Amino acid sequence: MNLTLHVWRQASRDAEGRFVSYKAEGISPDASFLEMLDVVNEGLNDKGEQQIHFEHDCREGICGSCGMMINGVAHGPIGATATCQLHMRHFKDGDEVWIEPWRSRSFPVIKDLIVDRSPLDKIIQAGGYVSVNTGSAVEANTLPIPKPVQEEAMDAAECIQCGACVAQCPNGAAQLFTAAKISHLGLLPQGQPERYSRVVSMVETMDELFGSCTLFRECEAVCPKGISVDFIARMNRDYLVAKVKQG
Amino acid sequence: MELNSKIPPGPIAQKWSWAKSHYKLVNPANKRKYDVIVVGAGLAGAAEAASMAELGYNVKCFVYHDSPRRAHSIAAQGGINAAKNYQNDGDSVFRLFYDTIKGGDYRAREANVHRLAELSVNIIDQAVAQGVPFAREYGGQLENRSFGGVQVSRTFYARGQTGQQLLLGAFQALERQIALGRVTMFNRHEMLELVVVDGQAKGIVTRSLINGRIETHAADAVVLATGGYSNVFYLSTNAKASNATAIWRAHRRGALFANPCYTQIHPTCIPQTGDFQSKLTLMSESLRNDGRIWVPKTKGDTRSPASIPESERDYYLERKYPSFGNLAPRDIASRAAKEVCDEGRGIGPSGRGVFLDFADAIKRLGRKTIEERYGNLFEMYHDITAEDPYETPMRIYPAPHYTMGGLWVDYNLMSNLPGLYVTGEANFSDHGANRLGASALMQGLADGYFITPVTIGDYLATQFGKKVSKDAPEFKQAEQDVQARVDKLLSAKGSRSVDSYHRELGHIMWEKCGMARTAEGLKEARQQIRDLREMYWRDVKVLGSGEEPNQALEKAGRVADFFELAELMCIDALQRNESCGGHFRVEYQTPDGEALRDDANYAYVAAWEWKGEGADPVLHKEPLVYEDVQLATRSYK
Repeated sequence: MNLTLHVWRQASRDAEGRFVSYKAEGISPDASFLEMLDVVNEGLNDKGEQQIHFEHDCREGICGSCGMMINGVAHGPIGATATCQLHMRHFKDGDEVWIEPWRSRSFPVIKDLIVDRSPLDKIIQAGGYVSVNTGSAVEANTLPIPKPVQEEAMDAAECIQCGACVAQCPNGAAQLFTAAKISHLGLLPQGQPERYSRVVSMVETMDELFGSCTLFRECEAVCPKGISVDFIARMNRDYLVAKVKQG
Repeated sequence: MELNSKIPPGPIAQKWSWAKSHYKLVNPANKRKYDVIVVGAGLAGAAEAASMAELGYNVKCFVYHDSPRRAHSIAAQGGINAAKNYQNDGDSVFRLFYDTIKGGDYRAREANVHRLAELSVNIIDQAVAQGVPFAREYGGQLENRSFGGVQVSRTFYARGQTGQQLLLGAFQALERQIALGRVTMFNRHEMLELVVVDGQAKGIVTRSLINGRIETHAADAVVLATGGYSNVFYLSTNAKASNATAIWRAHRRGALFANPCYTQIHPTCIPQTGDFQSKLTLMSESLRNDGRIWVPKTKGDTRSPASIPESERDYYLERKYPSFGNLAPRDIASRAAKEVCDEGRGIGPSGRGVFLDFADAIKRLGRKTIEERYGNLFEMYHDITAEDPYETPMRIYPAPHYTMGGLWVDYNLMSNLPGLYVTGEANFSDHGANRLGASALMQGLADGYFITPVTIGDYLATQFGKKVSKDAPEFKQAEQDVQARVDKLLSAKGSRSVDSYHRELGHIMWEKCGMARTAEGLKEARQQIRDLREMYWRDVKVLGSGEEPNQALEKAGRVADFFELAELMCIDALQRNESCGGHFRVEYQTPDGEALRDDANYAYVAAWEWKGEGADPVLHKEPLVYEDVQLATRSYK
């Protein structure tokens, strides 16, 4: 198949960016979206033009490195799919495709389609863990966890920290990301001792670094792991309880 | 050079306790006076960076990703082994130890493997305490499944994302230490050189992937937890950036490289579809719990799988290995797949594929159970191939997946260079010539949480007051070497892309140093690699500069190191005149095509010393002594 790409090129954080058009020719429908870009890059290199920079690594939809706006949608047109798992068979011969980096004030562009997502790590540093030092754990089966609770915690824990939720949100909010971690830990018995201090610290860090949530639910629609906005409700509830407890 | 493996005295089950009671200790108040560099933040790196910081050491951690959570451990699917015996099926520490030694085709060091089996139970406890959501039974207890080469159920798992969940546990522990100021994190920094002062590892040289700045970092000890080198084959199940540069640079500075030819070709990966292909995707071995592997009995049978009657199918693993069946170890299952495809019975467009069929399991257990067990894997398969594995069998074929070889380490996981520790896939120590499924996560975490945080004290205690400054000439020299290499890659201004060279190298390695190797093929490969490398340095085309984000330049340096490593792999495979585990020399096989070991002559670790570019490396042998397991022909029949 042949496509026309309009790709955001930006040399560095402070440089001016612009769309540049390229032809992607002879693309197999079995190729992934990133493999299509590999083919374009190989052609650019031959012509002496520097390759389109984009972040990627595992190409199995789990490392969370990849992500771009494809025709205005984070990770492209197929739901619950990371960019690396999007295949060209979902496009038509002759399509025009607009490719941009994550658009969010919290994620400055580093180069072309690569952005700086380090603020997400800051949220984890604010309490996205159980404070247990190596060596002090009790026997693993001491504490039974009901299967439905474990399953729900796992649903939240599947987040890959790609940042699509932030990129798609009109407000640039990180609620879905933050709620996923708070819920994963807050649902499990191991997370109880720090449950309320965690939610306060993580939510307040999130509020400093990202926009506010006004329930557009766009995050859920583009999340490659299909994480539910119900976790945001859970986070808000825990936050309220924590604030009441604080008095 | 004498290789001292420093195996503690005493009976095997007491060696680790003996060692722990005899290591030198660093007083808690003095720990903060020591700087430790950890390179890599996968399971091993994140676990040790966090655990050493908890102990009080000053840790600097370096990764080339934007966040430590991206390391390729994240992609491990199936599970992690532990000798908990929760299933009451006769498991024990000794059995896990024995299975691992046997699975590795008797080419691993006994004492290390026994310690690994002992620590396996602590890992599960630690992970559960961190909130890793392992699968549970309805009563709330932890659930297990089986993996290849084993007749008990000892594998713990979190859907098909066990690596992700374990890595997040370690990552979160690491982020906690970063927040506490005990770990300084350097994201988007690639280690490009090891600094050795007076024979001891005292620092590293890094390059920023944002602005290209080259920096030196001094420390009292350096830990490399930088993963394996399957990407030498170009197409593998590894992440695109996974590379050997950190360990290869250390090798060039004097660290011995052990058993480079021991590579694992994983039997169940999605077959290649075209030249555009950038990587191969693994389908977890756990699928072999319920999936049945088969090919048509007759050559060139192109009927759809559904229309091939039962009587015309060859479930070749069940036929050849009745007691292990579809759960034969990886090396054996891969070779068997190659064999049926070589006979012309392979399936799919390329003829390089076999079926992994779930029809029976779905009939027996219902679709819902299969969905619960493997849902995300089935979805991934569907996304990639546009075929629905609930309706039609998966098509699979072997692909490079893991490398058992790596830098040589002693029992304390220290290389022959004092102060340089090597952990996880980057070292050679625990899996012999073939790794059993669900053992990589176990090893990475054992090394990271429980071994190096203890053993490193034994070395650091001897280094009090011996800090080396970054102004030492060795640092300046290493920094200049890095700059010179970057300049050289940029100045070649040749005609071909880095990727085109990498693809060609991968093709040579897959054909001649892959699943089947011959002396003749290896000799040819060695020459071809040398020729290609020589051309690479003259003709590679790397655009852009060294002072900006430049992905082509990053990759160019990694591929340059792959060339040198590839040659060493061929040299190692050539000297090992036997077949064992993943190393299959066509000349050495039993009449029924199984690997034929030569214990009298090859029961040793081959540890190679770098002698300079173009010079032949020197082989050092560490004899493997078996006291608790009897050397025997591996049988899974």
